[in-house]
Amino acid sequence: MSMPFYVSPEQIIKDKADYARKGIARGRSVVVVQYKNGIAFVAENPSRALHKISEIYDCIAFAAVGKYNEFESLRVAGVRLADTRGYSYDRQDVTGRGLANAYAQTLGTIFTENPKPFEVELVVAEVGSVAAQDQMYRLTFDGSVADEHGFVAMGGSADRITEFLKQAYAPDLEFPAALKLAVEAIAAGKAETQASEADESKTNPSAEPNPSASIAPEMLEVAVLDRNRNRRLFQRITAERLSEILRA
Amino acid sequence: MTPGVSSFTDFLRMHDPSLLPSGRSMGSMPSTSPIDVPHGTTIVAMKYAGGIVMAGDRRATMGNVIASRDIEKVFATDEFSCVGIAGTAGVALEIVRLFQVELEHYEKIEGVLLSLDGKANRLASMLRSNLTMAMQGLAVVPLFGGFDLATQVGRIFSYDVTGGRYEEYDHHSIGSGSMFARGALKKMWQPDMDQASAVSVAIGALYDAADDDSATGGPDLTRGIYPVVAAVDDNGYRRIDDTELEPVIRTLITDRTTDSGGYRGVGGHS
Repeated sequence: MSMPFYVSPEQIIKDKADYARKGIARGRSVVVVQYKNGIAFVAENPSRALHKISEIYDCIAFAAVGKYNEFESLRVAGVRLADTRGYSYDRQDVTGRGLANAYAQTLGTIFTENPKPFEVELVVAEVGSVAAQDQMYRLTFDGSVADEHGFVAMGGSADRITEFLKQAYAPDLEFPAALKLAVEAIAAGKAETQASEADESKTNPSAEPNPSASIAPEMLEVAVLDRNRNRRLFQRITAERLSEILRA
Repeated sequence: MTPGVSSFTDFLRMHDPSLLPSGRSMGSMPSTSPIDVPHGTTIVAMKYAGGIVMAGDRRATMGNVIASRDIEKVFATDEFSCVGIAGTAGVALEIVRLFQVELEHYEKIEGVLLSLDGKANRLASMLRSNLTMAMQGLAVVPLFGGFDLATQVGRIFSYDVTGGRYEEYDHHSIGSGSMFARGALKKMWQPDMDQASAVSVAIGALYDAADDDSATGGPDLTRGIYPVVAAVDDNGYRRIDDTELEPVIRTLITDRTTDSGGYRGVGGHS
């Protein structure tokens, strides 16, 4: 008869966290930036059908990185929660804070109770009637919530993108400027990841990292919460509009 | 967090059925004496070249009393459809609210709009689940219309209390004043009218309904309360503004002053 090995709780938590972090770091990045008239969501996503950015309610949207099936089930749960609350009380009683709390509870429970944690990171953003009322919550795989201002980056090269945005971001940008900034930030993060991969494999040591590398519009998923729209503020930016803005 | 259902009603039925209009028990309420509650009255809808126009008067009645003179009975249900209601106002408003959430919920979960037939069928099944209440005197009858994005035409659907769904061609009217409105529509409606003519035909039909049905309210110029008129075309739902309606109503009243259709007070005979 074999004795089960003793594993300390610290080790279990650490292993789970490492596992989740690795899963998230493999994915492509998502950037959320506040601009003058709302909040813009930019994701590197070659798929037109499997969205990383979605509408949750009138002025609330959701962006995620990580494992698709896991964040998709969280997204559906969020839409159900918001619609149920809005139907049983009133539309104005659905808030980003309430939703972020519900996600934090769910993610926290899954992280501690399930053998496999969710490999996801989320942003729940709510646009207010003025920029000062905008809210952005970043939720990580263990259920931690952070209240963010200005911009948030998630996914594989989040650190590099955050660094880039810290230097280049300014509040009250117009939408085209904010969009270009977000795309540049994602491109910068991508260039660094590719450079370090090239370094590791040494297959092509002459390849120079290209910081100005841009991303083709068809590789991007872009949406906004525009406070100047009516009732449902979420709007996807079509491919034509996107390439028009990026070319200008 | 079960995967699958993209219907909000089905989700509520599993999760919290007490929130559904059909989810509450009516107890031992006698079915022979219907309670006195506000009733909505006349709705008209018609096709025009490029879409549909739907209009409803602003009156709700409770027996012989006017319960409301500014109730709204035509609603946008999503970007490309609208619904008008007649019957027990409280239940009807709740069904409309649930139907609006139902369509938006599907759109958010699935990422695409329901087809117009899908929406029409969904409304039918909601009415069917209200049948017990209808038997107790709390009946609701809607008129549904929208722009079919697949075939690029406007379409109109009428219903009965059991959830029967009937597609209407050209035009239709429901509610207590519908007989009179339908008569007016038959005379005034023309195929391939433009939107402005359809709006004025809708106002005229409601005027005729209000003329002969005491439960239908006419345009109230003293208070500035006009019918709710909406158009749905390839650009989506648009409520016709009161400032746009007022000249149409004033023209109609001038026309009817010169030709009232045969009834005049003694002072009116020249």
